[in-house]
Amino acid sequence: MRTPDLIRFARDAATGSPLRTFLLVIAMAIGVAAVVVLTALGDGARRYVLNQFSSIGSNLVIVLPGRSQTGGFNPGNAITSTPRDLTVDDAQALRRASAVHRVAPLAVGTSEISVGGKLREIMVAGTTAEFIEVRRLTLAQGRFLPPGDWRRGLSEAVIGASIRDEMFGREEALGQLVRIGDRRFRIVGVLASTGQGLGMNTDELVIIPVALAQAMFNSNTLFRILVEATSRDAIEPAKTQVTEIIQLRHEGEQDVTVITQDAVLATFDRLLGTMTLAVAGIAAISLAVAGILVMNVMLVSVTQRTAEIGLLKALGATGATIRNAFLTEAAMLSVAGALVGFALGQAGAAIIRQLYPAFPAFPPDWAVLAGLGTALTTGILFGVLPARRAARLDPVQSLSRR
Amino acid sequence: MSIPLIELAGIERIFRLGDSEVHALRCLDLCIAAGEYVAVMGPSGSGKSTLLNLLGLLDRPNAGTYRLEGRDVTTLSAEEQARVRSERIGFVFQSFHLVPRLTAAENIALPMILAGIAPAQRAERVAHALRDYGLENRSGHRPDQLSGGQRQRVAIARATVMQPALILADEPTGNLDRATGEEVMRLLEELNQGGVTLMVVTHDASLGARAQRQLLMEDGALQHDRWRSSETAADQCARPT
Repeated sequence: MRTPDLIRFARDAATGSPLRTFLLVIAMAIGVAAVVVLTALGDGARRYVLNQFSSIGSNLVIVLPGRSQTGGFNPGNAITSTPRDLTVDDAQALRRASAVHRVAPLAVGTSEISVGGKLREIMVAGTTAEFIEVRRLTLAQGRFLPPGDWRRGLSEAVIGASIRDEMFGREEALGQLVRIGDRRFRIVGVLASTGQGLGMNTDELVIIPVALAQAMFNSNTLFRILVEATSRDAIEPAKTQVTEIIQLRHEGEQDVTVITQDAVLATFDRLLGTMTLAVAGIAAISLAVAGILVMNVMLVSVTQRTAEIGLLKALGATGATIRNAFLTEAAMLSVAGALVGFALGQAGAAIIRQLYPAFPAFPPDWAVLAGLGTALTTGILFGVLPARRAARLDPVQSLSRR
Repeated sequence: MSIPLIELAGIERIFRLGDSEVHALRCLDLCIAAGEYVAVMGPSGSGKSTLLNLLGLLDRPNAGTYRLEGRDVTTLSAEEQARVRSERIGFVFQSFHLVPRLTAAENIALPMILAGIAPAQRAERVAHALRDYGLENRSGHRPDQLSGGQRQRVAIARATVMQPALILADEPTGNLDRATGEEVMRLLEELNQGGVTLMVVTHDASLGARAQRQLLMEDGALQHDRWRSSETAADQCARPT
C-alpha cells in the first residue's frame, strides 16, 4: 500500500465515525492543553518571582545577623554563642572592601507619625544616603537623605507614597515638619509609588538617618547591611570579603549570614522550576489517560470493523498493511489532538496574560515539545495493541461476522 | 491446459468445538482446470464454505496439499498467501461486503490500493470497470445509496479489477431477488466465458444446474461430481478418517 493511500485510507476511516474521532481528539487535546496551560502557569510564577526579586536591586549582597546553622543542633551553641549584633561600624568597615561599591546599613522598627492631629503607625527605616541607589528606589518629589557622617544625621525624613497621600492629602508635603516617635523631622522627599511587591513595601515606609533611628529605638544594632558589589562578577568576591571583614571584627567568629541576591534568585528559580516540572508531570498523567483512551477507542474500532478487516484480508491485504492502517489512524488522531490541544493551551495562556498582565504566563518551549511528544508517543504506543489485534484477526471468522 | 488450476489432495479440515472435533472437510481430492465453471452444492454444514475459504487461502487445511497453478500454496507464509489472494483470486460474497464509508468507485479501487498500484492506472481501470458493469452514474454513491443488484455489481467489479484467474462466489445471489440474481449470475457467467475460472457456492439447485460441473458436498466429503466419471472417490485417500 502506498503511503498517500495509507494516509487517505486512515483519514477516511477516522472521519467515517465522526463522534468517535471527535471525542478522541478532544481527549488528547485536553491533555496537551493541560500541559501547556499548567506549565505556562508554573513558569509564569517563576518569572514573576524572579522579576520581583531583581527589582529589589542588582548585584546585591545582604548581611544579616546570626548564623544560619546547617550542621544540626550543637549543645555547645546553646550555651556559648550569643550572636554579636551588626553595628554601624561593621557597615562602615565593609566600605573598604575592594569588591564593594556601595553599602547601606538598615535599622528597622515601628513608630508613629503625626502631623496636624493625624496619627498613623508606620515602619521606620534608618539608613544612609546610598540606600536609594542600592535598593534602586526612585523619588517622586524632593531629594533623598544627604550624604554625611553616619553617626550623625539631620532631622530629615523621606516618606513613602501612600503615607504622603494619607497624611497630607492635597497639601504640599515637602518641607513640612512632622513628629515621628518623640522627635521632629522635616520631610525632604517622597518616594515614587512602587505598588505591591515582595519584601518591604516602600509605599508605607518612612526613611530617616540611621543614627536617629537607632536613637529612637534605643539600640545600636542593625537589621541588615545591604552591600552592592561593583559588578555582577564581583558578587562572589564581595561575599567572601564581607564575610572575612565581619569575622575579623567579631573576634574570629562567623556569626553573620551573608546571602547574595543571586543565591536567593537561584533558590527560587530551582524551587519554582521544580514546581513547574511537577505540574507538567501531573498534566502528563492526563496525556497517559488520553493514550489509554486512544487504545480503548481503537480496540472498539477494531471490533466494529472486524468484517471490514476480514474483507481487506480477502482482497489481499497483508497483516502488516492492516497494522499500518490502524497505526496510521491512531497516529493521525493523536497528531490532530495534539495540535488542537496546543492551540487551546496557547489560547488559554494568552487569556491568562490578558487577565493578569503582570503575570508572564508563557509556556516554556520544553514543556510544549514534551507535551506534543508525549501525546504522539502515547497515541502511537497505545495504538500498537489494537493494530496488532486487527492484523491477527482470522479472515474467515471476521467475514462471517456480518 | 497441461497444469490444472486447482489441485487438492487429501485435504482435511478439522474444527475443534470444545472437546469435540468437527471434520469440516475430510479426504478431499479435487482437480479443477482453468476456465471451468463449477457449482458447489450441498446442505448447510456440508463444508461448502470451508472449501471455498481454503481455495481462497483464507483458511489453511490441517492436512493435504493445495496446488494453485502448479504451485503448492499451503506452505506459503501469510504474507505470500496475501499476495496470491491479491493477484489471482477474486471474492464475491453473499452480503456484498462493501466498505460502507467508501464510494462505489473507491470500493472497486480497494484491491488496487492494497496492491500498491499507481493512482493513474487505478483511475483508468476503475473507470473501465464502472463502464463494464453499467455503474458510471453510480461511481460517487456510497453502498447505502445503491440497490442490492448495484451493490453486488460493485462487488463483482471489485473482485475482477485485479484480473484474477479464479473467482470464488459464496451464495452471490442469496440476498437478491430473482431478477437481480439472474442478472448477477449472467455477469459472472460472462466473466467465465472470458476465461476466468468460476466457483459458485449455492443452495439453489436451479442455479447450480447452470454450471458445467457440479460438486455435491455432504459431511465434508465430495458426494457427487457430475462433470467427470465419478472416480474421485474418497477411497483414494490413504488414511482413514
